[in-house]
Amino acid sequence: MWTWFYKLASPPYVYGAAAALAPWFLGAAALALGYGLIAGLAIAPPDYQQGEAFRMIYVHVPGALLSMTVYAVMAVASAVALIWRIKVGFAVAAAAAPIGASFTVLALVTGSLWGRPMWGTYWAWDPRLTSELILLFLYVGVMSLRSAFEDPARGDRAAALLATVGVINLPIIHFSVVWWNSLHQGATIVKLGAPSMDASMLWPLLSMWLGFMLFFAAVLCIRVQGEVLNRERQSTWVRMAVKS
Amino acid sequence: MMSSSFWSMGGYARYVWPCFAFAGAVLAWNLWSARRHHAAARVRAARMLEMAAGDDS
Amino acid sequence: MTVGALAAFALLLRRELRLSFRRPDQLLQPLVFFLIVTTLFPLGLSLQLSLLRDMSPGVLWVAALLSSLLSLDSLFKGDADDGTLEQLALCGQELALIVVAKTLAHWLVSGAALVLVSPVVGTALGIPPAAFATMMLSLGLGTLTLSWLGAIGAALTVGLKRGSVLLSLIVLPLAMPLLIFGAGATDRAISGSSALGALYFLGSLCVFTCTLAPFAATIALRITLE
Repeated sequence: MWTWFYKLASPPYVYGAAAALAPWFLGAAALALGYGLIAGLAIAPPDYQQGEAFRMIYVHVPGALLSMTVYAVMAVASAVALIWRIKVGFAVAAAAAPIGASFTVLALVTGSLWGRPMWGTYWAWDPRLTSELILLFLYVGVMSLRSAFEDPARGDRAAALLATVGVINLPIIHFSVVWWNSLHQGATIVKLGAPSMDASMLWPLLSMWLGFMLFFAAVLCIRVQGEVLNRERQSTWVRMAVKS
Repeated sequence: MMSSSFWSMGGYARYVWPCFAFAGAVLAWNLWSARRHHAAARVRAARMLEMAAGDDS
Repeated sequence: MTVGALAAFALLLRRELRLSFRRPDQLLQPLVFFLIVTTLFPLGLSLQLSLLRDMSPGVLWVAALLSSLLSLDSLFKGDADDGTLEQLALCGQELALIVVAKTLAHWLVSGAALVLVSPVVGTALGIPPAAFATMMLSLGLGTLTLSWLGAIGAALTVGLKRGSVLLSLIVLPLAMPLLIFGAGATDRAISGSSALGALYFLGSLCVFTCTLAPFAATIALRITLE
């Protein structure tokens, strides 16, 4: 069983596995997203309180969940790479960062569009949106740090440390934002959250979440291939991989 | 099923549809960007291999 | 002549403080910045103390954050530029010792100074003297935590072009909980309610950071130095 784990540390193995898995992830994602969209947009009944506007949950919540999941993936890959010196981890972390940042932007924009009909403003300093905004800053910091170094190996390690420090801070940041929000709560609070969900509303949401996860896996596989190539240009296996 | 009430989304159409459109754009960007990144990496690797082969000969 | 760890630490701390005091203008710049930034708010908002008082915790804390950030850039830079840092890393003492000495010296010279000046600034912003104790305690804990977060950031960005902007970009999001709890504590003290909860959170953040950050900063320094 441990041989499988050791294989994961090998760049050519990861490259090959990613190439093979990506189309499957993509296909599965298409199915899950397809069902989620159709059921969420057309079949699920409108919400008692929010009307048809609640349907924005089907992209906002998966986006937000993914933005945090991807950061965790990035941090775990970074920590593994730093602690056990498994260089493939740096490639995974570098691949995950832009994907996660894009999902964070997605969560913010969809949250803003959802907030407008619900709260009357395009932006509100509620805990979830504020946490997402800070998460975006953390992503940008990691990506900027990596690209600021001339030596890419050093940039990888610095960015990996920052990602690990950031993930430890994430719960602290979220908690402090919730605390801050509870201090200054305005008169009307419509939580940008799930209305109490009927099954017909919940299943499409779960499907969209699964679809987003599978999509992330697919895109990660594609990006990781590029990142691994960039870090292993000197190796002999690259010759085979590039010729094909 | 795709009746006019579906498109108007109970009056919220100008929020709901841009919302989903933006989501689709983000997903599309991810796919496009990743593929482009991989292709560029292959080109760069191939070029480096050529140069190395040229040095050897 | 080999020196024990504690003696080495004392030597390093003395060196850092002596170097800082040799350049009194560099010492004063963050303080002056603190005063200037705090002046910007009344100019931009309102001159009525009653109105300023509502905003004062936030204004005070943002100003403190920004002025601490200014001085963080030079935490490792001076020694890195002339090669002293590498010599210190090679000298046989634990790198962590050096990091702790430098960071502590930085806090003594910037954060602690801010705390001492804060009553003056607080009065200018309309903060009642009854709230000063909480304000100073929260600033003390917060700036200490910030010095440590900043040490990690400074270690990561030492030697980078435009490292100071990147340093702020990295450190500020991590420092947002400090701002929330610190300003929250001061705010509650001003309004008369108990700031104990916020102060406890601030204290625990401080202890947490002071315990773990030295390791992170040392690792960061090793990454950028080798």
